[in-house]
Amino acid sequence: MITGIAEYISTHTMQLLGQIATHTGISLFALLVAAVIGIPCGYLASRSEKAELIVSAPFEMLRVVPSLAFLILLIPVMGTGLAPTIVALTVLAVPPILLNTIVGFRTVPDFMIESAMGIGMTDKEILHKVRIPAAMPMILAGVRTALVEVFASTTLAAKIGAGGLGEIIFTGLGLNRTDLLVLGGVLTAVLSLAAGGVFDALSRRIMKYKYV
Amino acid sequence: MSVIIYDKVCKRFESSKGYAVDHVSAEIGEGEFITILGSSGCGKTTLLKLTNRLYDPDSGRIMVAGKDISSVDPVELRRSMGYVIQQVGLFPHMTIRDNITAIPALMKWDRKRIDDRADELLSLVGLEPSEFRDRYPHQLSGGQQQRVGLARALVLDPDIMLMDEPFGAIDAITRLNLQNELMRLHRELGKTILFVTHDINEAFKLGDRVMVMNEGRLLQFDEPHEIARHPADDFVSTLIESARSQEHFWTENEE
Repeated sequence: MITGIAEYISTHTMQLLGQIATHTGISLFALLVAAVIGIPCGYLASRSEKAELIVSAPFEMLRVVPSLAFLILLIPVMGTGLAPTIVALTVLAVPPILLNTIVGFRTVPDFMIESAMGIGMTDKEILHKVRIPAAMPMILAGVRTALVEVFASTTLAAKIGAGGLGEIIFTGLGLNRTDLLVLGGVLTAVLSLAAGGVFDALSRRIMKYKYV
Repeated sequence: MSVIIYDKVCKRFESSKGYAVDHVSAEIGEGEFITILGSSGCGKTTLLKLTNRLYDPDSGRIMVAGKDISSVDPVELRRSMGYVIQQVGLFPHMTIRDNITAIPALMKWDRKRIDDRADELLSLVGLEPSEFRDRYPHQLSGGQQQRVGLARALVLDPDIMLMDEPFGAIDAITRLNLQNELMRLHRELGKTILFVTHDINEAFKLGDRVMVMNEGRLLQFDEPHEIARHPADDFVSTLIESARSQEHFWTENEE
């Protein structure tokens, strides 16, 4: 099987690289959209229980639907290709980002806000200089969780023709070829880990203070 | 001349039945070191927070430097006073220098002035600037963090310092050092200090005058030795007695 995989890699190098690039691109884009939705919504939801219910309930409901089912359900509405894939992956990625953002803002200690007010910061300054940086570790942890889920689930994109490493896996399934299943699975796992590693390195730079 | 005047100040919170601060009237002179003594829930912290408008009174008024503070912008008012709390509340993501100069940075002081001010204040509170300025709060001990808290409160050179049990969470020996240094700073800088504490020894040691509070009311406001000799009521007597009985233990067990 090893030789089979090696041969496939050598004969399909360019195609593989393209699939990796597509896979990464789809994943990162979905993650970006999810962060743009999840972080501001999380901030708003952190400010009251009622707001939290309104914001998080729809995502909690959508989260219960398996991604594959969701993807298929989107076909009649959005057709196939990139758009429904991004939507499905975004729906998958928003909840961990949203929930962590809520917790992140809620757990900024009251005394820290009190001391910020006491030394004469305006509400806006407190948000920018204290609340957001203090919530950042939790927010980034949420993005990190979403990142791994999205990179793994982007394999499903191939099912509706958006490309990525899922193509190898679905080809393997169709042709009953174990070597392709293994190759697709391993590549997806390695790519997820690598993306996680890059993300951790970036997080460390943002939160330098935690590592001194 | 009185720099702070409390005029029949009242504050109550929806969650509790009685007054948190009950018709408190008092005048504080410029440069005085005032300690506010009382057990938890007596209203001493509330009184302090009314002074920099973290709370607003339900009735009565507070004059600071001749102005009714209800007409002063809260942010301006707070920047004109130093504020130090027990948990210090340093910002974990900022270096010690950035913590001390957070407000000057927001006020767009130039870099050189900010750096000089941070170093000057670190020296003032007994921390070597070159060693501490680039560290983060979690790398400092509790006592060192509170020194930084004090430096941060002094950054705009306010005339008034509000301190809410600043040494409450600090071990006895470090606390003694910090008390002595605060007295030195008070002598050197001549600022008016309002210092909340539940420790009678601390209150009587530090205060030029002591406010004794219970259940929101100001029971007695006088110099320490006057309070010791002429307690205003039973509560104050009991307080003095409790301190004396503790004192007994040490005198009886002297070597």
